Amino acid sequence: MTNRLAIQLPGLNLKNPIIPASGCFGFGEEYAEYYDISQLGAIMAKATTLEPRFGNPVPRVAETPNGMLNAIGLQNPGLEVVLKEKLPALEKYDVPIIANVAGSTTEDYVAVCEKIGDAPNVHAIELNISCPNVKTGGIAFGTDPEVAYELTKAVKQVAKVPVYVKLSPNVTDIVPIAKAIEAGGADGLTMINTLLGMRIDLKTRQPILANQTGGLSGPAIKPVAIRLIHQVSQAVNLPIIGMGGVYTVDDVLEMFMAGASAVAVGTANFTDPYICPKLIHDLPKRMDELGIESLEQLITEVKESRLHG
Amino acid sequence: MMTVVSQKLLAPKIYELVLQGELVNEMKEPGQFLHIRVKRQDLLLRRPISLADINPQEKTCTLIYRVEGQGTLDMSELKSGDLLDVMGPLGHGFPVADITPADHVLIVGGGIGVPPLYALSKAITAKGANVHHVLGFASKEVIFYEEAFKALGEVSISTDDGSYGTKGHVGTILDQLVTKDFQPTAVYACGASGMLRRIDQQFHDHPRAYMSLEERMACGTGACYACVCHLQQDETKTKSKRVCKDGPVFQTGEVVI
Repeated sequence: MTNRLAIQLPGLNLKNPIIPASGCFGFGEEYAEYYDISQLGAIMAKATTLEPRFGNPVPRVAETPNGMLNAIGLQNPGLEVVLKEKLPALEKYDVPIIANVAGSTTEDYVAVCEKIGDAPNVHAIELNISCPNVKTGGIAFGTDPEVAYELTKAVKQVAKVPVYVKLSPNVTDIVPIAKAIEAGGADGLTMINTLLGMRIDLKTRQPILANQTGGLSGPAIKPVAIRLIHQVSQAVNLPIIGMGGVYTVDDVLEMFMAGASAVAVGTANFTDPYICPKLIHDLPKRMDELGIESLEQLITEVKESRLHG
Repeated sequence: MMTVVSQKLLAPKIYELVLQGELVNEMKEPGQFLHIRVKRQDLLLRRPISLADINPQEKTCTLIYRVEGQGTLDMSELKSGDLLDVMGPLGHGFPVADITPADHVLIVGGGIGVPPLYALSKAITAKGANVHHVLGFASKEVIFYEEAFKALGEVSISTDDGSYGTKGHVGTILDQLVTKDFQPTAVYACGASGMLRRIDQQFHDHPRAYMSLEERMACGTGACYACVCHLQQDETKTKSKRVCKDGPVFQTGEVVI
């Protein structure tokens, strides 16, 4: 019998659509203490920059209604350690890695993208041009279509694996940016990164986060993600890995119906460390109830309904 | 899942919660914590609460926490028989393996940092060592477990407002207590960062001085890097320790508080 959860995307043979989102899963080793991470469709590894980064001062997280703010600030041990220690440690698992790449300058991004595909288990790159929590780089590359185009093009010239570009919701119009990234030669999109937010401590009258602002994630942002994926999937011909507040199998299927071809799970890992295997396990039953034969077929049906709708 | 056995108000806003379940079999180290999902489903993040007591025979453990926000307010409404979604025990606790009856141990706690020191003191006194507890509280009305600690060893208490014991913070007591006649062979502390900085300075090069830190956490597993601190010996300032996974207990001189 064919695997009804399997999905083929550029560079990625996914046995199921569930992928822990970047920044919420480290380099996999912590959650590997909880379950066999070979079950996962893929893993979006923590953002990697050329040099090691400590990130922002603490407090780095704050809770919000049905969500949370984070301002970690791309803490990571740098490309060298990621290539020498973090990625090799994941080789014993049968799971493709999507390496999230960030930087302050075009040269940084290019340097990391050129080398990170050397790791045998890195099957794709997620180009992070949407981190709201760093002063230089990050979101600055993801809010201007021209800048996004040039970076995508530069990275595509050196990358040895397909490149997915991660979009920010913190823009007036996401469509021109998505189109520019498609024109730049990207192989896919991932969306959405977090929404910029703030919380204030009533006792100190100051922002709770040391960085003042942070990225909002969790179920609170799911309708925003659904709307943007729906919008972008009709404007470009790139596959989309959808994310933003996925907690349940219904959320997963809603992402597909919005136009996604796979789904990343972020904040939900913090609420329940077993959420990803639970979603993988529960998905077929819910597909039966909704008359969905396979996810590949659902993707095709959603596309066709758009053409004729 | 664990079952609530009882919940009791110890002092204003301070609750003692007793839980029962198989998870207790894994609770070996004082200083570890449980990561608790509160009943309110819109509160997504778990609450890290340290273990104040572990009773393997009854398969129960005790948590003592202060109501600080919506999550702990929700916890304070738990009743006997309620089920609670609990992860843990998490983190590295206080090392006690090398404690012997020859040891003279100093335990220093402040406010809501006091609870894990009770399980610790029980583990240390069970090994026959002498313990002197120095505990600081804001005022007389928020003091808890004084008698319980007295059953384990000497207890000196300070209050910020002077309503009980020595007026001031625990440092005032430590100045008088730690002299050439009393040099502790091991030191353990948990409390606010100001108090921990003081302990870190005073016992910076002590070979057996340990502190438990607190920080806002998300995952509790070490994956999200929300609860990090700098290392004292790191000129690059890019390295870190995670309070949830590498701690919450660190040796003095190890991390920047």
